[in-house]
Amino acid sequence: MSTDNEDDFEPIQVFPEGDADLRPGADSCYKCSTCDSSCPVAEVDDDFPGPKFQGPEQWRLTRKEDQEIDDSIMKCSNCMRCDGACPSDVPLSQMHNTARAQYVEESMSKLSVEYWRNRLLANYGTMARFGSMFPRLTNAVMGNSLVQKLNDRFVGITSERDFPEFATETFREWWADRGGAAVESDEKRVAYFHGDYANYNTPEVGKAMVRVFEHFGYEVAVPEQRCSGTPMFANGMLDDARRAARFNVETFADLVDDDYDIVCSCTSCSMALRQEYPELFDFDDTERVSAHTYDAVEYLRIHEDLDGELEAVDDVDAPDFAYHAPCHARNQGLDGQTTAVLSNLGDVDAHDVGESCSGISGTYGWKSENYDASMAIGEEMFEHMDEAEPETGLTECPTCAMQMEHGSDYPVKHTLQVLEAALTDRPLPA
Amino acid sequence: MIGTEVLVVGGGLAGSVAALSAARDGARVTLVSKSESTLRQASGLVDVLGRVDGDLVADPFAAIEDLPESHPYSVVGTEALREGLALFDDVTGDRYRGGDRNALVPTTQGTVKPTLRYPASVAPGIAGDGHETLLVGISTDPDFDAKRAADTLAGTVPGEVRGVTVRFPRLRDDAKRTRYAKLLTEDAEFRDALVEKIAPKVDGADRVGFPAVFGEDPAFVRAELEAGFDAAGEPVSVFEVPTGPPSIPGTRLRDLLRHELEAAGVELVTGVPVVDFEAESAGSGDEDGERVTSIVVDRNGARVPYAPEQVVLATGGLVGEGIDSERDRVYEPVFDLHVPHPEDRYDWSEEPAFGDHAFARFGVRIDDDARPLDADGAVAYENLRAAGAVVGGADTATGKAASGVSLATGSRAGTRAATAVTQS
Repeated sequence: MSTDNEDDFEPIQVFPEGDADLRPGADSCYKCSTCDSSCPVAEVDDDFPGPKFQGPEQWRLTRKEDQEIDDSIMKCSNCMRCDGACPSDVPLSQMHNTARAQYVEESMSKLSVEYWRNRLLANYGTMARFGSMFPRLTNAVMGNSLVQKLNDRFVGITSERDFPEFATETFREWWADRGGAAVESDEKRVAYFHGDYANYNTPEVGKAMVRVFEHFGYEVAVPEQRCSGTPMFANGMLDDARRAARFNVETFADLVDDDYDIVCSCTSCSMALRQEYPELFDFDDTERVSAHTYDAVEYLRIHEDLDGELEAVDDVDAPDFAYHAPCHARNQGLDGQTTAVLSNLGDVDAHDVGESCSGISGTYGWKSENYDASMAIGEEMFEHMDEAEPETGLTECPTCAMQMEHGSDYPVKHTLQVLEAALTDRPLPA
Repeated sequence: MIGTEVLVVGGGLAGSVAALSAARDGARVTLVSKSESTLRQASGLVDVLGRVDGDLVADPFAAIEDLPESHPYSVVGTEALREGLALFDDVTGDRYRGGDRNALVPTTQGTVKPTLRYPASVAPGIAGDGHETLLVGISTDPDFDAKRAADTLAGTVPGEVRGVTVRFPRLRDDAKRTRYAKLLTEDAEFRDALVEKIAPKVDGADRVGFPAVFGEDPAFVRAELEAGFDAAGEPVSVFEVPTGPPSIPGTRLRDLLRHELEAAGVELVTGVPVVDFEAESAGSGDEDGERVTSIVVDRNGARVPYAPEQVVLATGGLVGEGIDSERDRVYEPVFDLHVPHPEDRYDWSEEPAFGDHAFARFGVRIDDDARPLDADGAVAYENLRAAGAVVGGADTATGKAASGVSLATGSRAGTRAATAVTQS
């Protein structure tokens, strides 16, 4: 009784020279401009011509050899809202990702400060690896106001924001220290894609994911991995992204062979493995890894009676939350999940603070030239957070969490931490 | 599998009304849609029955009595329409206007659309009262040629209608409607500059119509602009003319419905198509029919199964891909429900563009419980209902009845699904 999917647009149809054939996408666009009206950047930035231009229109224009990609492509924040808005299934974010990569490759000077600033931001994991070797020193230096001013002036990284602190013990160090998996199982196995941020900055999220899955009897694997590639796509660093993606696909495909499913705690990581990898790359196992990748909470809902377990919990050491659904959760159809799941907990309320984009979109809001637009986009979310009763934030995206903290001064938690508190009786870390 | 009581497939007007009806009746509801709500492309007007046999309808409730048996209104009855409208009125409150008779709403094409419910921001522009009207177009927005629309309108409605095109201040040529909306809402200087440009052209008009770009709070923008015209010595009423996509009034209606769905505890799952389902015999005997036991959605390649007790299909018609066709057949792609259609494809349409096309009536047929019927007229699945444009039997585009059918069938499907849940 399967539905007929023959007509579905196949993102990668490799041309002889190896580029994705985006013509079916461009041809599907009937110019209704709904994507433009869903674009948070076009609403606040007079210099941004919107996703319809950046995608199908620019693709057509650049079929002519002398036509270069417009530099406004770098103003796209890669929130991917246009994908969900399109009634005609035009792969807008894929078109933006390829256009951005082409712009960086052909039109951006490799000697420019902008290029190296973007490269630095895109390769956050590399920066974090060195930074977290001496976390206290790095935190002190990066938190220094003079360093921040110099960054702003000479590198183009805004001094308005506080750098995320590196944890004194990374998630992987904790994992190795505890001796790896505490539960063994032949039937229930998940491989955890933690990404760089949960490893270097918020290991408590990774620990919560491990403890919750072990509570349900899963054997958790934590393989070697690289950045999901999200900040690389967003900065047009497609070669860097390809290297990282290839490593991840090969590693996790082996685990899929051993009956593991892949779970992510960051919704941009799951988005990358599920959607962007198959749209941008065609390694042998790309599609198979994508089809076996899940958001961690989504996975528990499918395979366990999560609702029932939470309903049976009578006392949780957690406050009420102001919840923000990240754009990349929204684009996977996960925007209603957290409030629905937590509604099973009698004494915890997760209040949704609305549909607006938080405005930071990964590295976008870290760039000096985007800071004001980033805060203008976030204004609606800040107002809703302010109006809502709870004074603790909740979200699944690390950079949305930064923006929520920045605009409200609330501490911000991850949904897995609430599940950890409810199911394993641990207090929510401060 | 992810458990839920009522699973609604489709997030347009019919799906939203079905989900909201079911949730307000106490069911736990999940609404799954393959992309963002189509209401963003819709005018934001609610037409219930505007034309019968080409003639304008003033009283849709009277005209419904004479519709053929196959019409969805005839199947679910006026009562379902009344319930759907009551829900709509409750959700929209003072943001919408309209009673039991159609109003003529001027469009950006200069035509008038017979409509039962319309945004309050549109109300001062209703045609037929003889007031003198000035329509204002934005020079960079090719979708609204104010002068042409005014000429067309002037030929059909009482009262003088003039059109003028102005350049909105300091914006790029392809600025988005959302950008205009944000500036009109937040920037007093922008509003003042606009009024300054238009005031000299008012010249005694009673009302000034703008393309519908007044943002989330049109009452505020209208009040501010009216105060501006007042101060310039040209007192007028200011109103919106509904546009084609992307539609700000459609987006506002979508936002209102979404807010109510969230408040009613409906879980909204957007961006995922339904790709598969499973069914089993509803009882032990051959006579018992079948019931749907699971629905599988696709999340970027991963299959995610839901186990609902009741299902509402509100996936849209031919345009919304809730009904699809191949060279030799017309079908409903999720459950492969029966869609009556002529065998010979050359009978699917007529030669004239606006002829009496068979394709305009394509869709599944339902009973008065909103359950789709198979080719023999029996209920297809005892726990499946259908609502909105996926239901056929009438040409709702020509009859200006699409929104009303969505309200009536959505309300019927949602309330009956909730009843079935509470009874089981």
